[in-house]
Amino acid sequence: MTDRFRDKLLPVTVLLLGIIALWYAGAYAMNAPFQRDLDRRAGETPAFSEFFVRTMTQPKPTLPAPHQVAQNFFENTFLRKVTSSRSLVYHAGITLSSTLAGFAIGTLLGILIAVGIVHVTALDRSLMPWIITSQTIPILALAPMIIVVLAAVGITGLIPKALISTYLSFFPVAVGMVKGLRSPDVLHLDLMRTYNASRWQTFWKLRLPASVPFLFASMKVAVAASLVGAIVGELPTGAVAGIGAKLLNGSYYSQTIDMFSALVAGSIVAALLVAAVGLVGRLVERGMGGRPA
Amino acid sequence: MSIFLRNWQSVLALALVVTSFAFLPIVSSGAGGTSWPIVLLLVAGAVGGVALGNTVAVSAVLFIAAHGAVWLLLSALTDHAGRATPSFWLLLAASWLLAWRLVTVLSAIRTRDRRTDILLRLFIPFLFGAWLLILWEAIVGGAGIPFVLLPPPSAVAARFANSLPILAADVNQTIFKAVLFGYGVGCGAGFLAAIVADRFTFMQRGLLPIGNLVSALPIIGIAPIMVMWFGFDWQSKAAVVIIMTFFPMLVNTVTGLAAAGHMERDLMRTYASGYWQTLAKLRLPAAMPFIFNALKINSTLALIGAIVAEFFGTPVVGMGFRISTEVGRMNVDMVWAEIAVAALAGSVFYGVVALAERAVTFWHPSIRGG
Repeated sequence: MTDRFRDKLLPVTVLLLGIIALWYAGAYAMNAPFQRDLDRRAGETPAFSEFFVRTMTQPKPTLPAPHQVAQNFFENTFLRKVTSSRSLVYHAGITLSSTLAGFAIGTLLGILIAVGIVHVTALDRSLMPWIITSQTIPILALAPMIIVVLAAVGITGLIPKALISTYLSFFPVAVGMVKGLRSPDVLHLDLMRTYNASRWQTFWKLRLPASVPFLFASMKVAVAASLVGAIVGELPTGAVAGIGAKLLNGSYYSQTIDMFSALVAGSIVAALLVAAVGLVGRLVERGMGGRPA
Repeated sequence: MSIFLRNWQSVLALALVVTSFAFLPIVSSGAGGTSWPIVLLLVAGAVGGVALGNTVAVSAVLFIAAHGAVWLLLSALTDHAGRATPSFWLLLAASWLLAWRLVTVLSAIRTRDRRTDILLRLFIPFLFGAWLLILWEAIVGGAGIPFVLLPPPSAVAARFANSLPILAADVNQTIFKAVLFGYGVGCGAGFLAAIVADRFTFMQRGLLPIGNLVSALPIIGIAPIMVMWFGFDWQSKAAVVIIMTFFPMLVNTVTGLAAAGHMERDLMRTYASGYWQTLAKLRLPAAMPFIFNALKINSTLALIGAIVAEFFGTPVVGMGFRISTEVGRMNVDMVWAEIAVAALAGSVFYGVVALAERAVTFWHPSIRGG
């Protein structure tokens, strides 16, 4: 336990404290010019300590201080009703729903494509290069068009956003699953052949179990990408609801504190999602008889 | 029986062609004269594909039949958009099946000749891409899908060719100013931070978990804040790109620096080489595959970051600006042209990095093997 503390917790904590100290310094440096301007207009010459406090308490600071963000985050998360449009839980919930919908569809699609690629040579030779190429394309640029065009034909709400998340999340899963389904070595495949196993049996009893670790590793990447897709997908809808909308609203009205707490909310959702996928992965592996390495 | 099973695409194509007789002509407003060459081509392709024994002959017949037929089908659509009959769809499906058969035949070729192999490796995906465009064009034209919803690729290509100066200005603003600068600074800073972290074990233990966590966060959300801080011009986009590319580079380089084996490190110690010598001669070269992995990931991230940051405010030029305004004006063909440019730029960027990787890490098994 003490080893774990010395090797991991201590450095991380020290570094985090350092980052927060830097943040305070940055907040002072970035807010000072505006505060000086304010004071000059008001004809005041505050002492340094007073001046420092003032830079930390501006209503619309250039860079809000950590405690301002924390306070705003706490208020909007725990003190507001969940149904209120100012509640971060409400916005995070909306983003989460399209993230999860897109992630589910994307994962299924990715697995199906991978199964096709592994079993049909023609697909492998023709589709696989395109999947790799498509990774190099800034697909997120499509987001506003998908939203606006689908809205033009009357499809709004969850589906267009989920579509973008699907798009972003199926690539990692497809690539990871192809790798995973091909991961059994020749020895095991030969063993299946000596059992006279059909392709179907080989798939269920060898390839699929072997691909599970790869699946969960790529699902971690996919769920993070899916959240990014959902957030960006909320931008062109005119800032109605969701973490992306909260960010856009903040940028319209220069509400930096709101923007930062929306960012914090998004980060927490991302961390929770990745952790959840990791946890399910570990449970599944244990359920399948895997031993911790 | 097995010969039909193996050629099920050709057999099915033949059946579709026969069924299509019931619904001729292919477009609902007269002008049925062009449908016979299509039918003849498809029948010849399907039968020839089964009957001929030589792989080269089969491929040639299938290639000519499928593409000739679909070209005639598409040209029959000009001036008759949206008036396709069931016969059109059946013939389209038949030519697609022949193309599938062609890809299957080509994929089965095992050759020892290196050049033929490379040619096949390029040609098969090319066929797939071409058919994606062909089907897109045919479905949009045949079903008369409104232009606003999905423009045909031909219209996008025409728009692309007609607005080269605008597209070039956008590329210059977004890629040559924001992306390249941000990519260079972000990757460089990540690399230097990794070296510092490597020098001090304490830093490394703290930075790795934090870097891993940050890599999963939706960093793109800082875009509006950067736009607020650094203004509308390319500097704010470069700032977004710097932050987005920093962490993947940091994490990958730190991992890569740990990749050199114990034996090699011990060998360096027996040579009495210092920290910097070991770093330059052993550990950095060993870390190169990881560093290039980060460079590749970052090439995509940088483009995404710059384009999305432009959604939050730009001067009146730039790829993200063009996409968001032209979407608002329902000039969907311009949006697609811009996306084509982005795709092209992304692929070229990635390709350059991949080529550099081949040149630098020529010793790595994954490159020696292929």
